[in-house]
Amino acid sequence: MASADSETRPQEAIPQAVKIIIAGGFGAGKTTLVASVSEITPLSTEEVMTEASYGVDDTGGVEQKTTTTVALDFGRITINDDVVLYLFGTPGQDRFWFMWDELAEGALGAVVLADTRRLDTCFHAVDFFERRGVPFVVAVNRFEGSTVYREEEVREALDVSAEVPVVLADARERESCKEVLVELVTHVIRGRNPVMSG
Amino acid sequence: MSTSNERYGVRASVPGDGGPPGRSSGHQPPPWHRGRGHPTSEGPSVGVAFGDAPAGPLVRPYTMTRGRTRPSTGPRLDLVTIVVTARDLRERVREPEHEAIMRLCHRPISVAEISARLDIPLTVVRVLLGDLLADGDVRTRATMTQLPEKKVLQAVLDGIRRL
Repeated sequence: MASADSETRPQEAIPQAVKIIIAGGFGAGKTTLVASVSEITPLSTEEVMTEASYGVDDTGGVEQKTTTTVALDFGRITINDDVVLYLFGTPGQDRFWFMWDELAEGALGAVVLADTRRLDTCFHAVDFFERRGVPFVVAVNRFEGSTVYREEEVREALDVSAEVPVVLADARERESCKEVLVELVTHVIRGRNPVMSG
Repeated sequence: MSTSNERYGVRASVPGDGGPPGRSSGHQPPPWHRGRGHPTSEGPSVGVAFGDAPAGPLVRPYTMTRGRTRPSTGPRLDLVTIVVTARDLRERVREPEHEAIMRLCHRPISVAEISARLDIPLTVVRVLLGDLLADGDVRTRATMTQLPEKKVLQAVLDGIRRL
């Protein structure tokens, strides 16, 4: 204990990071939600991927290399001295699926933001999280001028199982976003203790 | 009380407002900065307009890594791997990008945040961090690939409620 060396800080001094994924179609309000609860102005980080592309342009069997840049928006919430929570928005376009695996790895859970004007844009997300076993909630973002649907209608349209919470939300409202996140984390905790452990 | 927002890195610094840590004296953005003011994919952050800062000289990303596209060895660097400096900045001379990272990591900060704040693509940041790790300049905390433990989940829940 007495050998506390100034240049080797104890391992415990580095906080643990957890992440929550905010998914949904382009313009569903992902970054708005992140901004509503983040303690920092949302940041954007870029991943540059070089990938072989096949079959898009037929250039006579020549394998083409293309460079793709994907932007990921994220925010941060400091939970306490030991835990920091990051909220990551998924890239809006379907062609950036390769980023989802990295995002999903080790994620605490996900929020699928549904835009009732374009409900089909979140089918992929629901599918992905179901397949990957990532716990998620569906948050129906209310947009002005959009038809108001009831929770059951959205649940049915998305065909999510009964235990997946579906909540109405307003991504611009901090309190509303907090409720969505509370709903998610509660859902995750519930999933860890399916039966009363006694 | 020590859960200040500043704890995990500097507050959103916008290029042009004296933000990113230049070399000691500087309000100059780093040479590789493209001056886009960290726009998110849905547009610039609040108060930042596209093209606020002049587009600086563009350095091709992998120039900084001398062509390397992945770290040679070391632990896996996830988006949210937290990095912190392990030694004094003045102990040795490093490349400017390495120095900029070291300066940011004075407080624990995630890989994604380093990338965003320095405006360097993630892949490149990973390579540069690999160098710093190999030299013992920074330390990381391994990220979880499993679900966090119950007490962490409870802390997260309480933390969100307190917002």
